[in-house]
Amino acid sequence: MLRMFNTVTLKTVSCRSSNAMRMNFVQPNRGIVLAAAVTATLVDLIGGRQATMANAMERGELHNKNVDYETEKEERMQRRINSLKNTRPMTPNYEGHIPLYTTEKALLFAISGLRSFFHPENGLNIVQLGEATAWPIFLESMKRTMLSDPTGRRILRERPNVTTQQLEMDHLAEYPKGSFGYQFYTWCKRENVSPDTRAPVSYIDDPLHAYIFKRYRQCHDFYHALNDMPIVIEGEITVKALEAANMGVPMATLGAILAPLRLKPVQRKRLYDIYLPWAIRTGLTCKPLINVYWEEVLSMDCNDLRKELGIVLPPDLRNVRAERKEKIRELNLKYKKLKEESTNL
Amino acid sequence: MIKSSFSKQALRMVSTTHFGSKTVPVDQKAKLVGHVFSSVASKYDLMNDIMSLGIHRLWKDHFINKLDPGMRPGSNEPLNFLDVAGGSGDIAFGILDYAKTKFGDIQSTMDVVDINPDMLKEGERRALDQGRYFEDPRVRFMVQDGENLDSIESNSKDVYTVSFGIRNFTNIQRGLETAHRVLKPGGIFYCLEFSKIENPLMDMAYQQWAKALPVFGSIVANDYDSYQYLVESIERFPDQETFKSMIQDAGFQAAGYESLTSGICAIHWGIKV
Repeated sequence: MLRMFNTVTLKTVSCRSSNAMRMNFVQPNRGIVLAAAVTATLVDLIGGRQATMANAMERGELHNKNVDYETEKEERMQRRINSLKNTRPMTPNYEGHIPLYTTEKALLFAISGLRSFFHPENGLNIVQLGEATAWPIFLESMKRTMLSDPTGRRILRERPNVTTQQLEMDHLAEYPKGSFGYQFYTWCKRENVSPDTRAPVSYIDDPLHAYIFKRYRQCHDFYHALNDMPIVIEGEITVKALEAANMGVPMATLGAILAPLRLKPVQRKRLYDIYLPWAIRTGLTCKPLINVYWEEVLSMDCNDLRKELGIVLPPDLRNVRAERKEKIRELNLKYKKLKEESTNL
Repeated sequence: MIKSSFSKQALRMVSTTHFGSKTVPVDQKAKLVGHVFSSVASKYDLMNDIMSLGIHRLWKDHFINKLDPGMRPGSNEPLNFLDVAGGSGDIAFGILDYAKTKFGDIQSTMDVVDINPDMLKEGERRALDQGRYFEDPRVRFMVQDGENLDSIESNSKDVYTVSFGIRNFTNIQRGLETAHRVLKPGGIFYCLEFSKIENPLMDMAYQQWAKALPVFGSIVANDYDSYQYLVESIERFPDQETFKSMIQDAGFQAAGYESLTSGICAIHWGIKV
């Protein structure tokens, strides 16, 4: 018997019959077939359907009139549903919280990182990458920054939420022309955005950290408006670099380093020569922007606000791009004229 | 004594049902289910593909082939099909295509009905994209509640199909009774739905998959709650025999079922006499 298990070889038997073709086919070793049949019979005798039913009969469970099948089914269903509900490592700490295990967080980072690299225009990818890289060490440092400043402490205590309703966007149109509120209103209108487009935080575990991250996300538009940066990709990279230098946001750092690599050479040159140095210089020297209570400074004059924060405006990105476009248009026109003249000659 | 009877009356007035595993007032469930499907409407096929690893196409093909729908060549009366909760249109268009290919039937009518307008819009858009059944007098797209089917006359349909939709009904028995009402005598009730898995190994594998699915949905589609609801609603649906007896309770005869892929889903049928 053991010999059959040890010497497992396949014998080829050639068919003796036909003159048309000689087929070589493999005949299974009788040893394997026998072994498989014996194993199957033994397994069936021990754990097969008849055996399990016989065991149940012996225990008195098979023909038991006292069994309430309905309740048993209900209980089984409840147990399964409970196991489906208890898949998370902890109970949610705030509305919309989805706790993740470490492996799941790593998966989130990998997937959102890849998607953000190939499709940064899709806001969802950036949002997820931001939460995947918002590690506690960074959020703790932000919390300490906020706690060391009286306004920051007030923000953490009052937890303002930035929505169109809360800001009263319609009233902002009536603010004095030089005020930040009016600047913000015109910027929003020009770029066709509203403060409501910020996604809620889901993957950050500590509720205070989640609020800090939400506040950071909601203030992004204020940074745009204060520095008059459009929402084109260069403007976004500039503001991200500003946030990275000022607050040390990991995703902003990643974005500021990797995103310019996907741009055209002209845009990249512009960024590396003018805007990124400006952003880093400003970010490192100005006051922590997370501590600004934006809702209260809406009535303040823009220049005063910038002076207080320590921000000097860069060259207007829109103007720079428009100038270049204009120069290219003039160039095209000039050569069109030249070509017409040369064909007329 | 009086106090207890008041509270009992109050409880009876606010009757509850389940939404996934939350207990909600009855009138809320339809709205919450609607919200789930609005948020997944445009990515419904992707969600189905992820959930069943693409096997749902095989199930639906078998579903249609088994039904063998179509006006037979010698007949002079076209059939009236009704596809309930079939907003995205895959079964509806599949049935019409099968009837045309196998029997040359281009006269039978199809009513595609769904409680969620977004899903229905998705179905019409699909009809437009594929160039068939869009603005076709044979095919009607209507927003209807499967438990009432207000615009469908009684005794007017030859075949009532519902594919992966009946588990979302607030009251399944009521849905079955409405199906009984709209079918002609001799009409077939034909349902494809998730069911109890019979193979223990497959069951273990499915449970792990069901636990991982909401997180995948959250990372890939940014929708944790919809997938969580779906997985729990699958769990709450009655098993093969119970659903068969529910079909019989609604008045159907010759009720039966066929489990697919060892019970992951099952085709149930019944005939109105």
